[in-house]
Amino acid sequence: MTRQVHEPPFPDGRLARDTDPSVDPGHRFDVIVIGAGVVGCAVARRLALAGAEVLVVEKAADILDGASKGNSAILHTGFDAPPGSLEQSCIAEGYAEFLDIHERLNLPLVRSGALVVAWTPEQEARLDGIVEQAHRNDVEDVVRISIEEAGNREPGLGPGALGAVSVPGESLVDPWSTPFAYLLQAMAHGTRVLRGCVVENGSFDGGCWTLQTNQGELTTTHVVNCAGLYGDLVHRALSGDEAEFHIHPRKGQFVVYDKSACALSSSILLPVPTETTKGIVVCPTVFGNLLVGPTAEDQESRDDASVEADTLAMLKREGERILPALAGHAVTAIYAGLRPATERKEYRVLEDAARNYLCLGGIRSTGLSAALGLANIAARWLTDGGSAFVPPRAIDWPAAPAISEHGERDWMRAGNDGMVCHCELVTRREVLAALDGPLPARSLAGLKRRTRVTMGRCQGFYCSAELADLAADRFEEPLARAPEEATG
Amino acid sequence: MTDPVSDCDVAVIGGGPSGLALATALRRMGVARVVVLERESEAGGIPRHCGHPPFGMREFGRVLTGPRYAERLVTAAVDAGVTIRSRTTVTAISPGPLLQLATPEGTERLSPRRVVLATGVRETPRSARLVSGDRALGVLTTGALQSTVYLKSRAPCRRPVILGSELVAFSALLTCRHAGIQPVAMVESEPRPVAWRAATALPRLMGVPFCAGSTVTRIHGNGRVTAVTLRDAAGVEKTLTCDGVVFSGRFTAEATLARMGHLETDPGTGGPRVDSLGRCSDPDYFAVGNVVHPADTAGRCWREGNALASTLVRSLAGELPTADSAVPLEVAGDIIRYVYPQRLPLARPPSPEAGIRIRFARAARGRLVVRRGNESVLERRARVLPERQMQWRLPASILSSADEPLVFHFEPE
Ligand SMILES: Cc1cc2nc3c(=O)[nH]c(=O)nc-3n(C[C@H](O)[C@H](O)[C@H](O)COP(=O)(O)OP(=O)(O)OC[C@H]3O[C@@H](n4cnc5c(N)ncnc54)[C@H](O)[C@@H]3O)c2cc1C
Ligand SMILES: Cc1cc2nc3c(=O)[nH]c(=O)nc-3n(C[C@H](O)[C@H](O)[C@H](O)COP(=O)(O)OP(=O)(O)OC[C@H]3O[C@@H](n4cnc5c(N)ncnc54)[C@H](O)[C@@H]3O)c2cc1C
Repeated sequence: MTRQVHEPPFPDGRLARDTDPSVDPGHRFDVIVIGAGVVGCAVARRLALAGAEVLVVEKAADILDGASKGNSAILHTGFDAPPGSLEQSCIAEGYAEFLDIHERLNLPLVRSGALVVAWTPEQEARLDGIVEQAHRNDVEDVVRISIEEAGNREPGLGPGALGAVSVPGESLVDPWSTPFAYLLQAMAHGTRVLRGCVVENGSFDGGCWTLQTNQGELTTTHVVNCAGLYGDLVHRALSGDEAEFHIHPRKGQFVVYDKSACALSSSILLPVPTETTKGIVVCPTVFGNLLVGPTAEDQESRDDASVEADTLAMLKREGERILPALAGHAVTAIYAGLRPATERKEYRVLEDAARNYLCLGGIRSTGLSAALGLANIAARWLTDGGSAFVPPRAIDWPAAPAISEHGERDWMRAGNDGMVCHCELVTRREVLAALDGPLPARSLAGLKRRTRVTMGRCQGFYCSAELADLAADRFEEPLARAPEEATG
Repeated sequence: MTDPVSDCDVAVIGGGPSGLALATALRRMGVARVVVLERESEAGGIPRHCGHPPFGMREFGRVLTGPRYAERLVTAAVDAGVTIRSRTTVTAISPGPLLQLATPEGTERLSPRRVVLATGVRETPRSARLVSGDRALGVLTTGALQSTVYLKSRAPCRRPVILGSELVAFSALLTCRHAGIQPVAMVESEPRPVAWRAATALPRLMGVPFCAGSTVTRIHGNGRVTAVTLRDAAGVEKTLTCDGVVFSGRFTAEATLARMGHLETDPGTGGPRVDSLGRCSDPDYFAVGNVVHPADTAGRCWREGNALASTLVRSLAGELPTADSAVPLEVAGDIIRYVYPQRLPLARPPSPEAGIRIRFARAARGRLVVRRGNESVLERRARVLPERQMQWRLPASILSSADEPLVFHFEPE
């Protein structure tokens, strides 16, 4: 498939007004970032703020469609990361920078804190080690607390807990607005985004990269591979390097409880982690829900984020064991995410200075927290490589739409044009902004992530007709068709 | 919040058949300021998007389609002097009573003397039923199908599978026929249709296979739905090509206001727990229509709304008996879905027998037993079917203690 870059991604022209502005075929970018997951978005932001001219290419119809679409939305302190690892330092840096910038980007942060709860004597025996590891990672405020104190903090905790560790810094973030805001800020500083654009191959001539994509050839000086679940394949295509690493996707399923359940726990309730997984977490969200998950299931497919009834039922049981009162509450949503795990636990950060190539691969299960730290690695790599960029004189801080339960929502303000989604209280003005604003939503999934429409308890019972109307002709896969089309 | 507070006599939350009937009757009985708060752009409730008959026989003496019926209800209310505030969402309730409202112009507060929840029902979506498979586009409920077809003249799919066989599943079939959508199958996990025995005639007429005793075990499709896996009564699985899945029925109360607010809710209905006068645990709040008993017909809800008006008039006049001493009714086991009302007045002779309704979750034959503590105080033999209701008049003799609940339990044979 070789199509000219300036053609709209959808050939029938129907969506022309929603396509991303085309790119001049001959134009040479400073950096092309492959993949608009949370890592790619953070990298684009950081490099744009360093003064580079950046193009982000994303193969899906919309951003955040890979590993970044389904996670637990916890901003980790890195208390349990392997001491001295790259992962640990990226999380620490990412955490600190998020605290510094989130208000300016209008991003929610809920300092819920976490309790690591031990339910067996073996787990209890490991609690002191967890505290010690946290201190080695400079997360100083992590302490053992008595089971009475844990019970006072979380009266809903089920029977049988033997001990706990308090991790005050673990926090809740919005998993979609966060990377979206990073990308919006990059765009405010000249970054371009091309969605529906798949990088298939590339070659480096000693000074300049040519990338082959389904939208034609793109030219750039530097390439950063942030292709997540496809990071190894992109790496192979660009470096010819077969053996460096392999992605072994690891699925995590979740059940999400209705807002009435959110009051049952104010903290994140973590189990004692094992070698392979942080285990099943009970976790409030910034949207006022409570989620239980994820599982850790190795699989071949890089796309199959399907859910399994038995597993979901197991998650409900596990949730109800940890918080018995959950039994009286309804599940409103189910989902799964895929971690880009590799054969090793550590991130795969591979620099090829001679070829102006950086791979940020295998960002397995902490990428939401570590993304800003990884972006710093990219910035250091770019400037250490001798490139001199002129940072913008003044920094723009575009405000992300406020869609969490913390802070003023659009429905509270005049001129919101009425409610569309009654469960998540999403207004018509918010939906239209997401359809017409910068980087407009290209799929229902993209619209959901930007606004939360249909993500509540009724799952579209009340609002999907209205949405089908508002989003008519906007999406590659329409929500509904006109009758003559439908019967055709 | 520091929004201004306005007041009125009665605020009805929800402008469906029950809420509109109640508001209209209240005005006709002379209550001065009656406000219906409706979050949709127009009042009328679910019938607004039920483009098929039969509606309105009891109310207007003729057969109407849902939208016509909804219009007539709205006209009657407006003519009676009811204030209908559409595009007005009640976002929270609290004692007082005090309501938080959201409108296109922002937030405000309302402090009525009495509040009635008439917020209706919704269907249980795929997520809450924990169905395996991909999370593809084209998975919807009858409500979503109907409103897309009848309110927006669009079709969300061309060849869906319809799950369930409660009455509403047949509405889904009619909706499909109206939009030129050809369902590929109707799937029911029970061995026979839930609505009524002869209900398979309609799908047969439309050339839609009725698969009883079957379940959809998996949804396939990356992007849009492409197929489902169907398991039949013998456990044999096959793949059915389709582009949508309509989850119909399994109604649950649209009662988030009650759950997030201060009202006691019932695990069976999902709605507020009410006494035989329709009073919630806060006696300034009442509930009526399908939010109390998911789900019955519009006609039934309309009649209830009408009937509740005189109770409210007495409540406003301070003439209702206090709500303090009542016998709580509860349910054990999984054969009974719910019992309502959930509180009956203590019997003070010569109080009459107290009527209740019981709805069942599945088919069974055996004994319906009422217990107080470990003691069985009443029982009867019964054969029950899913979704069917049983009316029962309890003798006043068992309504003697407000301290211990009466627990309803079904013992199958
Ligand atoms: C179940 C689960 C729970 C998690 N919980 C947390 C948590 O609580 N906190 C936390 O910090 N982290 C968490 N994570 C981890 C976090 O979600 C990931 O680390 C992060 O999303 C990885 O982002 P990424 O940008 O590397 O990958 P991705 O999100 O996969 O982004 C890569 C992008 O590249 C695109 N792409 C791929 N190939 C090409 C190509 N050839 N051309 C163009 N584009 C391409 C893809 O479409 C994709 O959009 C969790 C992950 C999972 C799965
Ligand atoms: C898909 C579907 C199809 C049906 N088909 C039929 C049929 O063919 N025939 C039949 O007799 N019955 C049918 N029913 C049953 C239906 O519930 C009743 O007909 C009837 O509508 C119930 O009336 P109601 O007043 O209890 O509630 P509803 O008609 O549901 O009205 C409730 C109203 O409250 C509003 N509301 C809810 N919460 C708020 C809030 N917080 N703030 C403001 N407003 C709020 C809603 O927008 C809605 O308009 C169907 C139900 C469904 C779900």
